[in-house]
Amino acid sequence: MSYTKRIDGRGIDELRPMSAKVGIIPRADGSATFQIGKTMAYCAVYGPRDLHPKFMQNPETGILRVHYNMMPFSGHGERVRPGGGRRAKEISMVMQNALLPVLDLRDYPNAVVDVFVELPQTDAGTRCAALCAAAMALADAGLEMKDMVCAVATGRVEDKIVVDLNYYEDSHEDGADLPIAVLPNSGKVTLMQMDGEMTKEQINECVTKAKEACKKIYEVQKAAMKARFAKRS
Amino acid sequence: MNQELKAHLLRALNKNIRFDGRKNLEYRPITVQYGISASAEGSAIVRIGGTEVMAGVKLETGTPYPDTPNQGNLMVNAELLPLSNPAFESGPPGEQATELARVVDRAIRESKSIDVHKLVIAPGEKVWSVSIDICTINDEGGLQDAACLAVLAALKNTKMPKLNENNDVDYDAEKTKEGLPLSKEPVEVTVVKVGDQFLVDLLSDEEKAIEARLTVAVTEKGTVCALQKGGATPLSPEDIDKMIEIAQKLAPTLRKAL
Repeated sequence: MSYTKRIDGRGIDELRPMSAKVGIIPRADGSATFQIGKTMAYCAVYGPRDLHPKFMQNPETGILRVHYNMMPFSGHGERVRPGGGRRAKEISMVMQNALLPVLDLRDYPNAVVDVFVELPQTDAGTRCAALCAAAMALADAGLEMKDMVCAVATGRVEDKIVVDLNYYEDSHEDGADLPIAVLPNSGKVTLMQMDGEMTKEQINECVTKAKEACKKIYEVQKAAMKARFAKRS
Repeated sequence: MNQELKAHLLRALNKNIRFDGRKNLEYRPITVQYGISASAEGSAIVRIGGTEVMAGVKLETGTPYPDTPNQGNLMVNAELLPLSNPAFESGPPGEQATELARVVDRAIRESKSIDVHKLVIAPGEKVWSVSIDICTINDEGGLQDAACLAVLAALKNTKMPKLNENNDVDYDAEKTKEGLPLSKEPVEVTVVKVGDQFLVDLLSDEEKAIEARLTVAVTEKGTVCALQKGGATPLSPEDIDKMIEIAQKLAPTLRKAL
């Protein structure tokens, strides 16, 4: 089988329309939204602040905590029960690992930086949109960062490697899904997961295409951050 | 701390000044944005000043409760998201979230805002389940009134999904043009007593100093369809009478934003 035309008519490497805004939640220390197609992530950063319970405190460095959550009405189909499950827990953990390499929290011993991501509407690629929003929110919170974090879902649909899968591509019977986070300046990968079957060559193609796509995402993030600081002055 | 804040608030109120310069019975600017979540059957964001609350409606088919075989199911839930206020924590809904949801639930349910009898697919067997979720985005005070307005806006925005041949929802199909059977539009006005003054639409800092509050749900005809007294200070019957009167007078201000 050959996947010649994408379900929504996009080019094989084409991302869905993106938009981003920084500084959307005044109560938070940093905040941002990132939307790609119908997938939308809100992110708020609180901290560095006191960490409770105390046994979690690290006297050598501040810690990062990521909380990923889909709003109850954000799923395709039935209501998502609030409270999160194993999926949310795992995504929160891999997001933490994806963001931590660009931060240096040694200046904040015993403290925590909390990153809360909420998704009001979803159409696949949620952890990637969440990461794009979180990276901007961390920057907005004024934390020192060594690089940005950009993320996109790549994958295989039948015989083609595609970028930024939507729900129908993501749940395609003959396919695989490979979300990936790239640091745009160093080119390093900080998140990589895969669902489905692919050859080593196909995985390499995914990584190459993700790096290209992340350049475009990085531009959207930069523009949103500049707009935020233009507004302040 | 709160005593000092309260004294400060009262001193200012006696000079007819609130922290942000408003009058006692004046709301901050209210805006409503419809259809903010394509995943929901209906959704809206309400902003009252800096406070921002989202509500989403999910429609599913379910079995009716044994005591109401000819009525659809209705549920209101609220999440005080830790993203919206540094004091909110992750985890199951606490007292505040539960009260918020239940007071909105009462306004919608008891006004018979949704005609649940029209939500029956097969009597005694299959009905529509309307799940309404409230999510706070930015809390700068006055969540109760914003939440109720957001729920009403989301209900008005709702379009019924298509059913397949087994009478289950076909979420892949386009939604129908048909809305929910809505007959009443209750809005909630929370009136607060501080000292001998009455206030509405409190800021977070003002909320810390309140003595007693009364949330009054008012229909478009001006009738009252739900009440909730909050705070540990008692109210006199005269206070209550005055507070309901204020709520009835201000309800159209909120409804106008829809």
